[in-house]
Amino acid sequence: MINKKVNNVQDALQGIENGMTIMLGGFGLCGIPENSIAELVKKATKDLTCISNNAGVDDFGLGLLLQKRQVKKMISSYVGENAEFERQMLSGELEVDLIPQGTLAERCRAAQAGIPAFFTPAGYGTEVAEGKEVREFNGKMHVMEHAFNADFAIVKAWKGDEAGNLVFKGTARNFNPCMAGAAKITIAEVEELLPAGSLDPNEIHIPGILVNRIFQGEKYEKRIEQRTVRAKN
Amino acid sequence: MALDKNQIAKRIAKELKHNYYVNLGIGIPTLVANYIPEGIDVEFQSENGILGMGPFPFEGDEDADLINAGKQTITTLPGASFFDSAFSFGMIRGQHVDLTILGAMEVAENGDIANWKIPGKMVKGMGGAMDLVASAENIIVAMMHVNKAGESKILKKCTLPLTGVGCVKKVVTELAVLEVTPHGFKLLERAPGVTVEHIIASTEADLIIEGDIPEMVMD
Repeated sequence: MINKKVNNVQDALQGIENGMTIMLGGFGLCGIPENSIAELVKKATKDLTCISNNAGVDDFGLGLLLQKRQVKKMISSYVGENAEFERQMLSGELEVDLIPQGTLAERCRAAQAGIPAFFTPAGYGTEVAEGKEVREFNGKMHVMEHAFNADFAIVKAWKGDEAGNLVFKGTARNFNPCMAGAAKITIAEVEELLPAGSLDPNEIHIPGILVNRIFQGEKYEKRIEQRTVRAKN
Repeated sequence: MALDKNQIAKRIAKELKHNYYVNLGIGIPTLVANYIPEGIDVEFQSENGILGMGPFPFEGDEDADLINAGKQTITTLPGASFFDSAFSFGMIRGQHVDLTILGAMEVAENGDIANWKIPGKMVKGMGGAMDLVASAENIIVAMMHVNKAGESKILKKCTLPLTGVGCVKKVVTELAVLEVTPHGFKLLERAPGVTVEHIIASTEADLIIEGDIPEMVMD
């Protein structure tokens, strides 16, 4: 067994420096690496380029890094729930690259899988395709998109073991499996870190080969963005 | 009478067919799930990574790890499955999802759609909409026919940045059901009590009108 365990978030985030490009898993506030984001705020790492589907809300998730002006550029698909983000973007303080969600996911997966570029129909004929190579396949137009090139990927899983194997829960899976192994170094934070051999190999979603460092997060707030319920009757 | 948002959703629900996999966008499309016709089985896909999405949870049963693409808490139905984002858009691009229902700010008579950006004013991002409209074989748009200022959103040509080109097949608004044909919008149905003249006056694009236009059947 190759042991990927590190003792805490501080050890896990060693080597993250100003100006680096970091992928962060999660969809909205679901499945985000809460402990690592809190530590990045503490470290005050600056000029980051963040690749993440969303930008959190004003006071949680990646919104915390935006508040402290630690982010130079965001690469996301949807940023609608964050007033501070919108303000920084419209005023030009924050560079923003908005890309279609499926393209974002596939650019992660391509980086993970050693595919330098691919063609997708998403965005053809829109401003997303400006300046990009387009090509017709089977009578339909496609846009060429490139794999990401990130320094760190930070993903969050439900359970993990010391070998770095990961299991996700519900829709907290989202971008996390696509980002594991998609950067030079992958950090996984998990709610429960188990000894190797505790997880059934049949049920592992991401094998430890894609993870460089794994640690158990100290606590998880798991905030709900849109609590929606129906009445019992 | 023009339809309200729930009635638009109810009319769109009549487009669901047995054994369809359906992706519902945020807003009016989400309401479609409340009006599935009797005897029809469909499964809802949400692009953040779930098939077999169920209704909102009862109070106290919310799970932070179980949301839809609108970030709302949801439940699963028997047969549900979870998957990652790349896989989710793989099933969308691979045309395994039968029907996409989404909202729009503008649609044009050539099937173009705009729904993600108002330059200099509002930028929310396209989310999964560009992937969905570029990939889906069958796209129905749920939208209001006119904006708050009374101006038509059913246009000859979109004025806002596009989300996709030549992709919309059908539009259901508070006033009418329109089909996008190679020759432009064809008026299929009108809302109960709404006249053809009122629809023409509310539509910037030209309408193809053949014979008597029936009222929507709402029950």
